[in-house]
Amino acid sequence: MQKGKFIQTVLLTAAAVAAFTVPCQAESTITGAGATFPYPAYSKWAYDYNQETGVRLNYQSIGSGGGIKQIKAKTVDFGASDAPLEPKELDESGLMQFPMIMGGVVPVVNIKGITTGQLKLSADNLAAIYMGKITKWNDPKIAADNSGLKLPAEDITVVHRADGSGTTWIFTNYLTKVSKEWKEKVGNDKAVEWPVGLGGKGNEGVAAFVGKVDGSIGYVEYAYALQNKMASVMLKNHDGKYVAPTAENFQAAAAGADWAHAEGYYMVLTDQPGANSWPITGASFILVYKNQTNAAQAKEVLKFFAWSFKNGDKSAMALDYVPMPDAVVKMVEMSWQKEIKDQDGKAIWP
Amino acid sequence: MCRSSVCISINWLEEDLRLVSTGRRPHLELMQRMNMNKNKIWGDLVFRGLTAAFASGIALIFIAIILVLWQQSQPSITKFGFSFLTSMSWNPVQEHFGALIPIVGTLLSTFLALVFAIPLSLGIALFLAELAPHWLRAPFGTAIELLAAIPSIVYGMWGLFVLGPLMADYVQPFLKKTLGFLPFFSGPSMGIGMLTAGLVLTLMIIPFISSVTRDVFLMVPQPLKEAAYGLGCTTWEVVRDIMIPYGRKGIAGAIFLGMGRALGETMAVTFVIGNAYHLSWSLFSPGNSIASTLANEFTEADGTIYLSSLIELGLVLFLITLIILSLAQIWLRRSQTGRT
Repeated sequence: MQKGKFIQTVLLTAAAVAAFTVPCQAESTITGAGATFPYPAYSKWAYDYNQETGVRLNYQSIGSGGGIKQIKAKTVDFGASDAPLEPKELDESGLMQFPMIMGGVVPVVNIKGITTGQLKLSADNLAAIYMGKITKWNDPKIAADNSGLKLPAEDITVVHRADGSGTTWIFTNYLTKVSKEWKEKVGNDKAVEWPVGLGGKGNEGVAAFVGKVDGSIGYVEYAYALQNKMASVMLKNHDGKYVAPTAENFQAAAAGADWAHAEGYYMVLTDQPGANSWPITGASFILVYKNQTNAAQAKEVLKFFAWSFKNGDKSAMALDYVPMPDAVVKMVEMSWQKEIKDQDGKAIWP
Repeated sequence: MCRSSVCISINWLEEDLRLVSTGRRPHLELMQRMNMNKNKIWGDLVFRGLTAAFASGIALIFIAIILVLWQQSQPSITKFGFSFLTSMSWNPVQEHFGALIPIVGTLLSTFLALVFAIPLSLGIALFLAELAPHWLRAPFGTAIELLAAIPSIVYGMWGLFVLGPLMADYVQPFLKKTLGFLPFFSGPSMGIGMLTAGLVLTLMIIPFISSVTRDVFLMVPQPLKEAAYGLGCTTWEVVRDIMIPYGRKGIAGAIFLGMGRALGETMAVTFVIGNAYHLSWSLFSPGNSIASTLANEFTEADGTIYLSSLIELGLVLFLITLIILSLAQIWLRRSQTGRT
């Protein structure tokens, strides 16, 4: 009697599980993994796209390095990375990459009495702070660029990312370009050997440390600076002008980029010329295989990205990202046509 | 009918007890003697086999973990050799990795936690076992044991949002003013760093140490204590000269238990230790522990050497914990044989 009941329960449960899973499998699902920075935009697009087409996107924001690992292991349909792969690495692994969305990395400070846009930092000073060469906020070098601003005699606490991150890659890429000492001693990577400072996990970890520690400076994605109402700084750009981190200024930095001549879309948008260019701008990239075993699935993936390029600008901007310019989107779609092939060597797109 | 069955069951019980006392397996033998259904005996055998399989599964998993860690960390072991344990550099750009800073951070934060937690836990245990009014003991004891049930990430968040600012605003300036001549209490008051990590760990291991220690104190024979009181000892003298010496080894076991917990704690430490590869005399400065390094960097570690260095770091933590817990086991076993 008891046994019978038990078996009955098991069977019922199994039937219920099956009833729930089968329709999900029937409906097509795209899987992707990688960068955390564009995750809010991707998930918004995925939601809208699902509403419209019924296709689901399962995007795991495990970080750029993880995304590259996953696509190389072929466990996902696409990978996402904030740091572009070099053309050589793309060739070796048979991948193609294209830029999907852009954004800015913003230095933020927590100094008593200083609000957004009040503190101006030159590239040299920013690098010197992160090298541990400038340790007080009232250092004459900082004061020289900030006449009229009362700077406290407070210790500077440098905050950086503790985890490997595309944000760090963009930030250290900028410091490498503007400081010879940084280039020689520290370098450019997703994680580096920081000369000084505290490490926070993720953008939110850095935001939390900067929020809690007086006299601290950190760097976060623009959206985090806005959402946490953090005091961002003005940076001196390539043209020697002080600029604020705004969507327009990120776009200005992206506008001059010569995507047409960037092999494998390897393009870094830091320290770009232009009067309004925000110097620490970066693009986030998507990685897919050039040679696709499952052409139908590959086409679903490309369809999603094409839809996002076409319809996603508004929602991306609402989330403080910068959409790719139309000219670049055209180029990317041309590249899909040229480079992504099925098993018989036929183009999958369009 | 009814009477005789009662009689038989009493006979069984007696038989059962006799067999237990001689160390044989009473149920199997009883069933055989009573000529019970063969299937039931088989069931017992299968059950025994199953539990044996589960138990040996644990041993196999243990060996498999060591083997996998060892094998996966080969690239970094061959590249860095012994210098992995002595190098302070952790440089993903140059792909040069050394574990000294995380090792020191793990041991130092654990040491700090023990320094604070041992006297506190002893006090709590004594109060609960000896001094508190009886009606207070159960709720108080439960409250302390409940501390152990709080997820570690909650401790981490509390450390970051509550303890960190308190340390930065009050504790660290005070320590700098009073003990600032010592190198341990210098540098900027960030509220995040080794000392804060040690304090959060303290709070996390107190329930383990204090509840075991309380049980140890409760095992002290009443006649011993009463004899001491009868000789005119004060409560403090009874505690110092009777209870602590009697429970010495049990207390050591409790401390090892807390230590094992502190060594491997990940999330709470990651939140407050500062995650920086610096070695400093100052307890205010940020550092890093093995567990938090792994939590932070594993997902983004690309490149064979980077990944394998992280795995070797895991191996090092595994070995440290293994050594300390084996010592604890030996100690506890000795304390048990010592008492009987």
